[in-house]
Amino acid sequence: MAIGWAAMSTPSIGVLAVQGDFREHLAALTRLGAEAVSVRRPSEIDSLDGLILPGGESTTIDRLSRVFDLREPIQTAIAGGLPVYGSCAGMIMLADTIVDPHRGQQTFGGLDITVRRNAFGRQVSSFESDLEVNGLPEEGGPYRAVFIRAPWVEQLGDDVETLATVDYDGETRIVAVRQDNLMATSFHPEITGDDRIHEHFISIVTAAAR
Amino acid sequence: MTTTPNPASVATDRVKRGMADMLKGGVIMDVVTAEQAKIAQDAGAVAVMALERVPADIRAQGGVSRMSDPDMIQSIIESVSIPVMAKARIGHFVEAQVLQSLGVDYIDESEVLTPADYTNHIDKWAFDAPFVCGATNLGEALRRITEGAAMIRSKGEAGTGDVSNATTHMRTIAGEIRRLTSLSHDELYVAAKELQAPYELVAEIARTGVLPVVLFTAGGIATPADAAMMMQLGAQGVFVGSGIFKSGNPEQRAAAIVKATTFYDDPDTIAQVSRGLGEAMVGINVDDIPQPHRLAERGW
Repeated sequence: MAIGWAAMSTPSIGVLAVQGDFREHLAALTRLGAEAVSVRRPSEIDSLDGLILPGGESTTIDRLSRVFDLREPIQTAIAGGLPVYGSCAGMIMLADTIVDPHRGQQTFGGLDITVRRNAFGRQVSSFESDLEVNGLPEEGGPYRAVFIRAPWVEQLGDDVETLATVDYDGETRIVAVRQDNLMATSFHPEITGDDRIHEHFISIVTAAAR
Repeated sequence: MTTTPNPASVATDRVKRGMADMLKGGVIMDVVTAEQAKIAQDAGAVAVMALERVPADIRAQGGVSRMSDPDMIQSIIESVSIPVMAKARIGHFVEAQVLQSLGVDYIDESEVLTPADYTNHIDKWAFDAPFVCGATNLGEALRRITEGAAMIRSKGEAGTGDVSNATTHMRTIAGEIRRLTSLSHDELYVAAKELQAPYELVAEIARTGVLPVVLFTAGGIATPADAAMMMQLGAQGVFVGSGIFKSGNPEQRAAAIVKATTFYDDPDTIAQVSRGLGEAMVGINVDDIPQPHRLAERGW
C-alpha cells in the first residue's frame, strides 16, 4: 500500500464533519497512515490534499454546509481539482443533478452524474452484497458492500467511469463511479473495516499531488 | 462485474446498526403532523419520530398511550425524505409488526408509551426493521442489545424540559463503561453478574470502551446548550421531543439545536445560536412528578 505514495509526504485528507459517520472515515484514513482532518470550518479546507464527504443525511449535510459557509470553499476546491470521495450521502453531495431533490436541496456538484436518493427503498430494504470494484487490488476477493437507504447513479456523462454495479430487481444499477479526481460510492466502506476503497482514494490523492 | 444481492443479506446487524451510524451528529425530532415533519426536515433534522402526542401532552392528558394511527404515520412518511421512526409500546410486538409493515425506518420500543408487557420486551431479532431502545444504565442498555436493539438512547424524563435525568443517565452509562475498561479479566465475570448482562458483551465493552451500537440521548432536552452538554457527555446524537414544538418559535429553535449539536464543543457557536429563540417550553421539575408518573422508570 505504501509503495504508491512513498514519494509524497503523508497526505492530509479532510472529512466533512458537520453530520454523519465522519469518525469512521477518519479512523479508516488513520489506519492507512494518512493525516485525517475533521472539517467543520472554511479555514480547515485550505491545506488539504483530499476531502471525503461521509455518509449521513444529505438534506442535513447540505443545510449545515451552507449555514456554516462551507459550500463555496468546497465548490472552489472541487473546481480546482482537489480529489474528493463521497460515500452514500457524499455521492449525492458530489452529483451535479438529483432526480427527486427535497425542496431547495443543493449539492456541491462536480461529478457529471444524476443520482436518485433512497433508490433501493426504505431501511427494511437496506442490504449487503459482494461487488467487483474496478481498480481495487485482486487480493481480498470481492468487496462486501453495505447499502443503507442508498442512492444509485441514474445517468452519467461521457467522462465518468463506472467502477461497480449491482443487479437489483432484475436491473443493473451503477453504485460506484469515478471522474478524474472525483470518486463516489452508493455504499459505506467506512463501516465494514475493509479499507481497500479508502486505499484507492489515497492513491488518487497522491497521484494528484505529484 | 455484477452481483445479485443474496436475499439473506437484508437486515443484517451491519445494515441495522449502520443505519444508526448515518444519524450520528444529528437531531431526531418528535412530530405529530406532516406539517411539523416538514418543518423538522427544513431545520436540518436527520430523522423524525412520528407520534400521536408529544410526551408533554401525554403527561398532561394521561390515559393509556399507544402506537400512533397508521394514517398519520403514513402521511408523515409521504411528506419527508429523511428517515421516519415511530414508537411501539414496551413488549407490544404486534404494534412493532404494524410499524414494520408501514415501512417505518426505525422502531422505538418506548417507555413514553404505556407498557404492554411488564415482564418481557420485544424480541427485536425477529424484525427486519431496526430498533432503538431506552436505557438508564449500562446493564439495561446491554439487555436491550441482547434482545436485538441496534441503537440505544439514554432515557431522560420525557415531556418535562428538565434535562437532569438525561444527564444522570448519560453519566451513569459512560461511567459504567469507563469502570469496565479498568477491570482485570477475572473481575469481568462478577461485573457481568452485577450488570445482569451477558459476559461476552461485557468483555467486548471492557476491551473496546464503547457500546457496540450507537448511543443517542433523549428526554428533557429543550435548548441548544442542553443538546451540546449531552454531546459533550458522550452522546452521539440527540432526540428532542416536546422541546421544539412546545416552544415559542419551533423553526428557529429546531435549527439552533441542530447547529449546536454539530458544534457542541464550540461555546461561541452555541452562544450565537442561542440568541433570540423566544420562549423555551414551560418546564416541569422532575422532582415535582410523583414516582408512579415518571416515564424513565418504565422498562428494566
